[in-house]
Amino acid sequence: MKITVTVTLKKDVLDPQGKVVNKTLKNMGYNNITNVRQGKYFEIDINETEKDKAKEIIDEVSKKLLSNLIVEDYKINLE
Amino acid sequence: MKSTVIVFPGSNCDRDVAVALKKFKFENQMIWHDDSNLPKTDLVVLPGGFSYGDYLRCGCIASKSKIMSDIIRHAKKGGLILGICNGFQILIEAGLIPGILLRNKKLKFSSKNVFLKILNSNNKFTSSYKKNSVITLPIAHNEGNYFANDKILKNLEDKSLIPFKYCDENGNIEKEYNPNVSSNNIAGILNAEKNILGMMPHPERSIDPLLSGEDGSLLFKGLLKI
Repeated sequence: MKITVTVTLKKDVLDPQGKVVNKTLKNMGYNNITNVRQGKYFEIDINETEKDKAKEIIDEVSKKLLSNLIVEDYKINLE
Repeated sequence: MKSTVIVFPGSNCDRDVAVALKKFKFENQMIWHDDSNLPKTDLVVLPGGFSYGDYLRCGCIASKSKIMSDIIRHAKKGGLILGICNGFQILIEAGLIPGILLRNKKLKFSSKNVFLKILNSNNKFTSSYKKNSVITLPIAHNEGNYFANDKILKNLEDKSLIPFKYCDENGNIEKEYNPNVSSNNIAGILNAEKNILGMMPHPERSIDPLLSGEDGSLLFKGLLKI
């Protein structure tokens, strides 16, 4: 089974990289883009047939390793 | 006094700190991160560098190394731990001290000498410094922006767990003298029991007047007084 996880900085945490990307897009003429937040994307293959069990495991690794919950949020997507 | 420097793949200040420890007559040994046994030691040093190429988050992969469970045991028993730069990031990711270190606000790797005001000498690490004195130490990092919620920051301030803050040469602690925009100009913090210090500046690079000064010496000398 393939599961993807997206990790993003929490809303109130300063994201300097996202800010720079946003500013560059403005310089390129994309004036209608108002905000950019940069994050991380993981594609995970897991040997598990039960969806709920797989999700439970990925939830655990997202908390323990993939994200730091002080400043980041994560979202699990099952295909 | 026995010290142990932990070497991770990508550490690059491990030998510098070993030179400093030897200069001050610590009985030092180097231990590879993949070892599972921490030898008998008074002080553990997590050195600066770029462990695991800063993959995922700085210090995150190193904080899950085999040797870390023994280091956490050492910490719980009251053993001393000094985390410098990447070592500070590893301590944070291991949950041994609160908060997190974010990317410098200006997105620049910051490598220069900075002024630090000694706010507390009530702990084993800064006991040889004079309270309110100003020292100079080098910094070299990309992720040194210390960030924590108001509750954690208040606790650090109230319990005197911030040994030094970024300042100017006269000891004025203002935002403009903060190289990475860390909360409250924090350059380093102690855990509640004061046996663990995480700091962004590099004391091991300032132990010789012929090189870049010796303001870092007092940190090592202070530890020897125990």
